[in-house]
Amino acid sequence: MAEDKLNGAPSVNGRAYPIVDHDYDVVVIGAGGSGLRAVVGCSEAGLRTACITKVFPTRSHTVAAQGGIAASLGNMHPDDWRWHMYDTVKGSDWLGDQDAIEYLCRHAPQAVYELEHWGMPFSRTDQGKILQRAFGGMSVDFGNGQAMRTCAAADRTGHAMLHTMYGQALRHSAEFFIEYFAIDLIMDDEGVCRGVMALCLQDGSLHRFKSKQVILATGGYGRAYFSCTSAHICTGDGNAMVLRAGLPLQDMEFVQFHPTGVYGAGVLITEGARGEGGFLTNGEGERFMERYAPTAKDLASRDVVSRAITIEIREGRGAGPNKEHVYLNLSHLDPKLLAERLPGISESARIFSGVDVTREPIPVLPTVHYNMGGIPTNMHGEVIRPTKGDPDALMPGLMAVGEAACTSVHGANRLGSNSLIDLVVFGRAAALRCAEIAGNGKASAPLPKDAGEKAIARLDHFRYADGDIPTAELRLKMQKTMQTDCAVFRTKESLQQGVKGIREVWAQAKDLKVTDRSLVWNTDLVETLELDNLICQAAVTVNGALNREESRGAHAREDFPKRDDENWMKHTLAYADFDKYTVSLGERPVHSYTLSNEIAYIEPKERVY
Amino acid sequence: MTPEKWRANGNKMVQLTLPKNSKIHQGKEWNPPPKDAEEGRWRAYRVYRYDPDTDENPRVDTYWVDTFDCGPMVLDALLWIKNNVDSTLTFRRSCREGVCGSCSMNIDGTNTLACTMHAEEAQKETIAIYPLPHMPVVKDLVPDLTHFYAQHRSIEPWLQTDSPTPGKEWRQSREDREKLDGLYECILCACCTTSCPSYWWNGDRYLGPATLLQAYRWMSDSRDEHTGERLDNVEDPFKLYRCRTILNCTKACPKGLNPGKSIASIRALMVERGE
Repeated sequence: MAEDKLNGAPSVNGRAYPIVDHDYDVVVIGAGGSGLRAVVGCSEAGLRTACITKVFPTRSHTVAAQGGIAASLGNMHPDDWRWHMYDTVKGSDWLGDQDAIEYLCRHAPQAVYELEHWGMPFSRTDQGKILQRAFGGMSVDFGNGQAMRTCAAADRTGHAMLHTMYGQALRHSAEFFIEYFAIDLIMDDEGVCRGVMALCLQDGSLHRFKSKQVILATGGYGRAYFSCTSAHICTGDGNAMVLRAGLPLQDMEFVQFHPTGVYGAGVLITEGARGEGGFLTNGEGERFMERYAPTAKDLASRDVVSRAITIEIREGRGAGPNKEHVYLNLSHLDPKLLAERLPGISESARIFSGVDVTREPIPVLPTVHYNMGGIPTNMHGEVIRPTKGDPDALMPGLMAVGEAACTSVHGANRLGSNSLIDLVVFGRAAALRCAEIAGNGKASAPLPKDAGEKAIARLDHFRYADGDIPTAELRLKMQKTMQTDCAVFRTKESLQQGVKGIREVWAQAKDLKVTDRSLVWNTDLVETLELDNLICQAAVTVNGALNREESRGAHAREDFPKRDDENWMKHTLAYADFDKYTVSLGERPVHSYTLSNEIAYIEPKERVY
Repeated sequence: MTPEKWRANGNKMVQLTLPKNSKIHQGKEWNPPPKDAEEGRWRAYRVYRYDPDTDENPRVDTYWVDTFDCGPMVLDALLWIKNNVDSTLTFRRSCREGVCGSCSMNIDGTNTLACTMHAEEAQKETIAIYPLPHMPVVKDLVPDLTHFYAQHRSIEPWLQTDSPTPGKEWRQSREDREKLDGLYECILCACCTTSCPSYWWNGDRYLGPATLLQAYRWMSDSRDEHTGERLDNVEDPFKLYRCRTILNCTKACPKGLNPGKSIASIRALMVERGE
């Protein structure tokens, strides 16, 4: 199908790099939940589709999702997608685009049924339907009582989902390029995305993918922080490619801290643990969430719970010898229920904190978990490149889905279990749009002559980097800076410190040292390229946070404790200047309309749980 | 006759020798701990190294890890080495919590995940780390799993039905769903498959425990309507019947699954339908 041919080797810095050329209708970068859904959709539509991924598909970070996937199936009680939409808007602290949120919630049930039809092993109710559990911020009837809306496969929902979707991709004979690292996008002179350059780790060869559409499904960048629930691979490579292409990222200051990462190890304990009846206590044994969220208590939104824990610890009511964490209690729950619905986290608690959950509480701490911000897109996954006259102008040839994208359905704070549904709903939407754009059977125009040379130069630069600072050292410095200065609570001082610190790191990147000069499975080089990707994202994150002088969702400014709709009901846009190590900021209006007249725009009001 | 007696009678054991390029040489010792180091602070790791860019044989390097500065898991030690001693050391890793299956390797004589194995659990004071056994090695601790993945693909790991798809979910009782427990949790780390002597010998044609466990996962799913075809697909002297119930697979599985039992169950299904 694809035309593979070996091309003349361009010379970079006096070294030849032979290139293998490929031609596809669609190239998807990333094989997590959203990437695989896009791959399946494009394959079904008969598009010539390639999927490039730096790890084997089932090792993508979607595999680590635990609690579930939200959809108003109504298996436990009557439910309505409008109620789901209301919760998502409120969870987003009104920064989400309500047309996109409507799209998400309306299409959620069908997306879950589709996964079930593909064989996903959901847990079941007594009637044999998909089991749904309680999750934070999910309510019935527009905020009147806790909803059970989160469809679960025990506490291994992401694993069950990713393996199921990989099976579907195999069924459609999708073409995978596994353990290929995407170096950079190929842009032409008109600023149109024409493809991508990638390095094959297995043999060190370079590959130039020409395609009508590139879909970035590259996930978040949790590894910009020192302590995160994210996997080592979560380095936001697609976000960085977008910044390098001169395009903006959106709402990057909104970083979600999950309330319950295991103290020390940082691994995730699902919110479903609280959904099944678990609760938090401080060092004095008090169920402190009752003070912060009298109605929802432990099932308040994640940003609310993470702030509450941080305050408890800061005010000296932490638990443990150094009063550095709080406890998540599960021992009052029936061991049978723990074994059936929470087996994975029971195992994680045993391995990573030596705790038997049937007897002891788990020491936990808010831990970086999810990036609400990312590549601005519309609800079809098309990347937005705002112009002066049109804040929703499109960038031809490029799409983004999943955590990499900012569609924006999660706004300032994502609700638990809204991520997995985001992946499949918008992965599908992007594939449908691809079929419209790229499904005409025509060949795409030839690539510009020098296509991919910049990417090779970038690779060559780091491959032979011979400065004074090892990658691991600079990475640690960046991670510590973000952890200290851009955390749960932020102030002007801390953020100014952070901007300065990250700028130093950015400038030092030219002095990096790479030891391994080979091309085959050179993880020293790949980690350096990933660090280079992370640094610019850290920069736009901390700059955006300094700029936004209000508190909204996950962005909590102690010097501006209130939400300010008059001045800040808008998306942040951030552009990176790679020569000056600076960030410039712009803005985009939040969509204040819905998709249909079946629900009216949900007006902003105070957000209490 | 005991082997000792047999040898005393002048008999000789068969002398086997490995191909020249696969003999492992003694490598270098990287960072010997300071002479005045506290007792028990530094721990030695002997790690298999192979560089595909040279003609040199594989070697085993020795690294010393400062256990006071390093996390408790074997993966923490590998990362500590990569970050502090030798950035060229190559291995796969991702989730660091035992769900992605990337960091499977042979540690202290056992196939397991580096991220969920406490260094303290190692039997020997010096921890030896090798790639998963009997697979082609790409570099250091990175084996080539292409064939393993192709085998997994061959059992068609997706739901197959003939009945019209319902508008909502397929119904499945809790009891039927429970039959998938112990099967669907497989993370494709290949610890079981690469611990199997039958697979070492006949890996080209024997599907091995991980793939057969996956095959049984779909045969066990009450929603799947192609059990017959699935059985046909593995009914072969090699694909299924090379299992010798050695059960290394079950012993090795870091997720506590029992692939050996799955293989026995497939065989039972074969017998059942033969009757």
